[in-house]
Amino acid sequence: MKVKELTKGILRENPVFIIMLGMCPTLGVTTQVINALGMGAGVIFVLTCSNILIAALKNIIPDSVRIPCYIVIIASFVTIVEMFLHAFAPSIYAALGVYLPLIVVNCIILGRAEAFASKNSVADSLLDGIGMGLGFTLALTLIALIREVLGKGTITVFAIGGFNGVISVPLLKDWPVRVMALAPGALLLMGYLKAFFNRLSEKKAQNQEAAK
Amino acid sequence: MTYIAIFLTYVFINNFILVQFMGICPFIGVSKNSESAIGMGLAVTFVTGVTSAICWLVYYGILQPLHLEYLETVTFILVIASLVQLVEMVIRKISPSLYKALGIFLPLITTNCIVLGIALINITNNYNLLESFAAGVASGLGFTLAIILMSNIREKLDLTPVRKSFRGVPIAFITAGLMALAFMAFDKSLLSNLHLV
Repeated sequence: MKVKELTKGILRENPVFIIMLGMCPTLGVTTQVINALGMGAGVIFVLTCSNILIAALKNIIPDSVRIPCYIVIIASFVTIVEMFLHAFAPSIYAALGVYLPLIVVNCIILGRAEAFASKNSVADSLLDGIGMGLGFTLALTLIALIREVLGKGTITVFAIGGFNGVISVPLLKDWPVRVMALAPGALLLMGYLKAFFNRLSEKKAQNQEAAK
Repeated sequence: MTYIAIFLTYVFINNFILVQFMGICPFIGVSKNSESAIGMGLAVTFVTGVTSAICWLVYYGILQPLHLEYLETVTFILVIASLVQLVEMVIRKISPSLYKALGIFLPLITTNCIVLGIALINITNNYNLLESFAAGVASGLGFTLAIILMSNIREKLDLTPVRKSFRGVPIAFITAGLMALAFMAFDKSLLSNLHLV
């Protein structure tokens, strides 16, 4: 069991910004921060559970039919998440809409099953699932935060007690950059963020070479 | 809704790539040259059309009579995965030349969000069998349109100087963003202006 398996997903091998997997939900649900958190929680649950189960069953599943087996395992956990959210968080269920069952075809989950869980121990796969899930959630929250603040001038989080869960940003609330909340804003922002992360890794590589 | 309205909705107004962000992975991954873009587009259109109809039949023929609606996600993905496999085998047997053109794209289609997405949307919108089939074909054509446009732009982009950190994927996303801005011109009011709703 290595701590490295947990931390690599958060920044160094971030599934969204570095490996570029799971783009559909990343762009589709990031109109509000709370949707990003709901989606992230769903993905962490599905990814961790499917990683554990696939790592535990890796010697039983025949090699030739492994992909359909993985898909059925993943789809079952997604159905659990779907039913759970439908019962206990109907507003998030409605906001996520069709993107919730689409977790099944999220490349991150099948990708980790194939690339990691099918080759490593249960404990390592558990850490890998949590780490990758957290990295995905952080990336989603970052994108949602930028899009919601610029596009609507608000930050929507959980409603607790008298607080209704909506934080307003002065100025932007009255004059929002509306395109950020719409479809083109998501694609443009993703392009600029990816370029930013490319620049960071370029700088890092240059520094390492200079140090040598 | 009339079939023309369904067609306009899924090709232009709710274009799966540029408005709903489904199928972004193959859209960015396979759009580097226009030949493979056309191949991918046709393969997706074929699969979305067939799976829309079959998933509709499975839902209303098996799941609903047995009150197993909550199993739709699991069932649909299994139907799609086995159907893609079947289509691959049939094409290989019947037309080796078509297989050569589409073969490498077929396995990728199982994890394309559009295929599962349109099957689920058909059920949510209470379409009948023919409407589901039309919606499936139209969403595949919308994907084809977007990916062909994108591949042509990217072929031109290869010849222009782009900053190093923007090269490749980032500039593709920004291009897609600008295309999405153009597609915002297609609005729901298009349908009412044409007296289709």
